[in-house]
Amino acid sequence: MTQLDHIRNFSIVAHIDHGKSTLADRLIQMTGTVAERDMKAQLLDSMDIERERGITIKANTVRIEYPAKDGETYVLNLIDTPGHVDFAYEVSRSMRAVEGSLLVVDASQGVEAQTLANVYQAIDAGHEIVPVLNKIDLPAADPDAVKANIEDVIGIDASDAIPISAKTGLGIPEVLEAIVHRLPAPKGDRDAPLKAMLVDSWYDPYLGVVVMIRVMDGVIRKGDRIKMMQTGAVYGIDKLAVLKPQMVDFPELGPGEIGVFTASIKQVRDTRVGDTITHEKKPCATPLPGFKPAQPVVFCGLFPVDANDFEALRDAIEKLALNDASFSYEMETSAALGFGFRCGFLGLLHLEVVRDRLEREYDLDLITTAPSVVFKIYMKDGEVRDLHNPADMPDLTYVDHIEEPRIKATIMVPDEYLGDVLKLCQDRRGIQLDLTYAGSRAMVVYDLPLAEVVFDFYDRLKSVTKGYASFDYQLSEYREDFLVKMSILVNDEPVDALSIMVHRDRAEARGRAMVEKLKELIPRHMFKIPIQAAIGGRVVARETLSAMRKDVTAKCYGGDATRKKKLLEKQKAGKKKMRQFGKVEIPQSAFISALKMDD
Amino acid sequence: MSDDWRHGGFGLYLHWPFCAAKCPYCDFNSHVAAEIDQARWQRAYLAEIDRLGVETQDRVLNSVFFGGGTPSLMDPDLVAAILERVRRTWRQANDIEITLEANPTSIESGRFRAYSEGGVNRISMGMQALNDADLTRLGRMHSAAEGRAAFDIARSHFDRVSFDLIYARQDQDLTAWEAELREALAMAVDHFSLYQLTIEEGTAFGRRAAAGKLTGLPDEELAADMYLRTQEICEAAGLPAYEVSNHAREGAQSRHNLIYWRYGDYAGIGPGAHGRLTLGGTRQATVTPKPPALWLQAVEQRGSGELPREELPLEDQAVEFLLFGLRLSEGIDPARYRALSGTDLPAEKLADLGELGLVETLDGRIRATREGRAVLNGVIRELMP
Ligand SMILES: Nc1nc2c(ncn2[C@@H]2O[C@H](COP(=O)(O)OP(=O)(O)O)[C@@H](O)[C@H]2O)c(=O)[nH]1
Ligand SMILES: C[S@@+](CC[C@H](N)C(=O)[O-])C[C@H]1O[C@@H](n2cnc3c(N)ncnc32)[C@H](O)[C@@H]1O
Ligand code: SF4
Ligand SMILES: [Mg+2]
Repeated sequence: MTQLDHIRNFSIVAHIDHGKSTLADRLIQMTGTVAERDMKAQLLDSMDIERERGITIKANTVRIEYPAKDGETYVLNLIDTPGHVDFAYEVSRSMRAVEGSLLVVDASQGVEAQTLANVYQAIDAGHEIVPVLNKIDLPAADPDAVKANIEDVIGIDASDAIPISAKTGLGIPEVLEAIVHRLPAPKGDRDAPLKAMLVDSWYDPYLGVVVMIRVMDGVIRKGDRIKMMQTGAVYGIDKLAVLKPQMVDFPELGPGEIGVFTASIKQVRDTRVGDTITHEKKPCATPLPGFKPAQPVVFCGLFPVDANDFEALRDAIEKLALNDASFSYEMETSAALGFGFRCGFLGLLHLEVVRDRLEREYDLDLITTAPSVVFKIYMKDGEVRDLHNPADMPDLTYVDHIEEPRIKATIMVPDEYLGDVLKLCQDRRGIQLDLTYAGSRAMVVYDLPLAEVVFDFYDRLKSVTKGYASFDYQLSEYREDFLVKMSILVNDEPVDALSIMVHRDRAEARGRAMVEKLKELIPRHMFKIPIQAAIGGRVVARETLSAMRKDVTAKCYGGDATRKKKLLEKQKAGKKKMRQFGKVEIPQSAFISALKMDD
Repeated sequence: MSDDWRHGGFGLYLHWPFCAAKCPYCDFNSHVAAEIDQARWQRAYLAEIDRLGVETQDRVLNSVFFGGGTPSLMDPDLVAAILERVRRTWRQANDIEITLEANPTSIESGRFRAYSEGGVNRISMGMQALNDADLTRLGRMHSAAEGRAAFDIARSHFDRVSFDLIYARQDQDLTAWEAELREALAMAVDHFSLYQLTIEEGTAFGRRAAAGKLTGLPDEELAADMYLRTQEICEAAGLPAYEVSNHAREGAQSRHNLIYWRYGDYAGIGPGAHGRLTLGGTRQATVTPKPPALWLQAVEQRGSGELPREELPLEDQAVEFLLFGLRLSEGIDPARYRALSGTDLPAEKLADLGELGLVETLDGRIRATREGRAVLNGVIRELMP
């Protein structure tokens, strides 16, 4: 048990690639928390996907013991949080468990959109903030300008910002001292009834569900009978530990401390992030305020390429869902694609991560259908329906109006690309809310339909700004607009998995783009194939894929059939990977690629 | 089943892997060598004939084919010695066809008489084009006039002479090809092969194409038009296609190539030669190393030029039967397919392809139509299991 004034709990907030993980590595390394031989880069990113993509998806924690210059040893609990908007909820709840933040800004880049979004969350959580200017080893680093930039854009005092290089280790001792002396110690009452916050939980194949907590008041011990106040469930603590970052058993945790326990909990869904944990026998009087659970905002269909894999997909999805409460699923049948699942995600990155894991960890080949947001359909009889799948769009004669989710998007971009960014936002039905400058960078705030953003907005933004823009968003509200369902007909048959909801004014353009794309994506067949986009019964765009006319090997003698046989067999196998619609085969990649807009 | 090959007959292919120069489009196993020890090659060929002869003793030989490379660079004595050994090894069909591929340069046409005396009775000549500009672009060593002269010499020594043309060349339009084709028809006796230029990986043209430097090639539309027009013109002139790229008057088809396409048995000798041999009730696929030196070494040191044989499973045989047989205008006998694969061709697909006019059933045989042969890879992909 550690004295309150010897504990500091903090997180690191940063825009992606500004050096959050590298700084965490240095803090862990310089304090000897992990033996030198066990040290590896990006230590806190434990999932393969995190390491490969260089992103943090799951918050992670490490307990660091630091002997400070004042001769005392302090316990520093670092919670590493994801930087991507999809996982913003994960950031916000982790923030509630700590008292301070290191604000890391790349000294050669300055403040970016996610710096802003994340630092505001920290400010909302009442954190003390220590600005850190990273990468000062780079020739392009300009610490003074970035200090001014922080004061300008974020509005906090940056005069004491610590210049560091997480890469070389320069300035790390100063960071450690600042954590001790500039961040507040936690508060709490050791003698009060137990009150702990459920910060996170995950599934461990050996231990079952692991629950991460931050103790507010009281003491928790191994063997205790505890109660989750929201769910009412009661458990006995089997194992109590701290993370260094691997688990190290600990007999008890007191106020201000962060740790994990296991308690024979079956699935992650049985735990509620933000729930209050107390003793069964001597409960605390009032629970913590709690969080609202994360809501999926992007939906898509996942179908096995091989229909025989449906059961395997179901198994895999159920297993993944055990560990990811923010992901929803229900069975779906598509005339085009057969049996699959309609799945809900926090955003597009979340979607990709889940799909990647299904394919990789469960060895499945999947068809992903066009991502869609949740539309609210107001029926004439007063009923309001959530539309997760354009294929389920009710008959228009019964529909009064349709609402779609809107977002408030913040984009920071160097001056020279501003025009392109404004055009992109405008093309995506955006309404400008604000435009300000900080030095040579502009910050624009747009009101945009989420539907226009979930798909390829981020890719387009990156390409029109050569990667120099940063982007962040928050959901704002549902609003009515003139939305219609557009269907795609291939060889006169509607392909339900390709239908999308689209604004009426943009339907022709989208329809034309889609049929042109499909014409490229669908290989030529032995017959000609009309490809049409239609709203209701009205065709708004049409292309014809002409029939294959010449595909034959001119010279075939000498009796070597092996090469040719192999080639045809390969092509045939490729055909089997496609989906059959009537007599037409559509490659699985087409379901996503058809929607990409190269405007 | 074990006798399936008898529907096609039995032939011997001999590969001569050398050329005077490498043509920029060619991906055959051909090499340019400074010096060739023809006596050493002779020993190797004869040894291989002996070895395969033991395995196929009881057979009647329908055909011998000297392919290349440029077999017209072989010493006439070497050709004669090989044919002598062949006669001692197998019983020969009365109408045995013995073909030699020749390049139409003057040096080579000078050997035609000697080849004929050695037993060759058919020449297949690589004419490729009938105008000098295109011959140069194709990297050929002969002029159009030399080609015609060689052709005339060949005709004076052999009853059966065929020649090859490559069309769908760079900057060739439909009219130019039609005119050249009519010229060729005026020369052709009873057989010729008309190949659309194929850009092969690993050739000079392949590299140029990959670099975007091979311009003026026809697109799919023009290539299709050229192909179909070729069929019409040749048919009207009495030389209909009996195979995708081969045209002949009735009875003048290449018996050797028919063995492949009718899926008979063939022994393959020489570097990179392939064979199919039905032995002990199973069909074996044989193949040899492609580099000439390796093949020689294998024959001399191991007593066999072959790489380890592979037994072809029936389903593979069925696919080979299909992809060879549908090249022929006579098509295939569905009963043979059934016997090999154990199932019928998919009736629904046949009906679809029939409706599209790509496949038809005639006198109990299934055949690709003219339009069907133009997209034969697609037809086969539909039909194969
Ligand atoms: N030159 C230099 N590069 C750094 C420094 N800190 C981090 N980086 C590099 O910046 C990139 C992003 O760092 P990372 O820690 O993964 O950023 P995160 O996305 O915020 O976690 C990596 O390539 C790091 O090696 C630094 O101080 N100097
Ligand atoms: C084995 S090759 C060569 C025979 C002989 N060496 C000659 O060149 O005259 C047989 C025929 O295949 C054809 N051929 C070779 N490569 C080709 C290609 N890339 N495209 C089309 N036809 C080709 C040529 O017409 C050639 O005559
Ligand atoms: S086309 Fe004939 S001459 Fe030219 S390289 Fe090929 S085999 Fe040799
Ligand atoms: Mg990171």
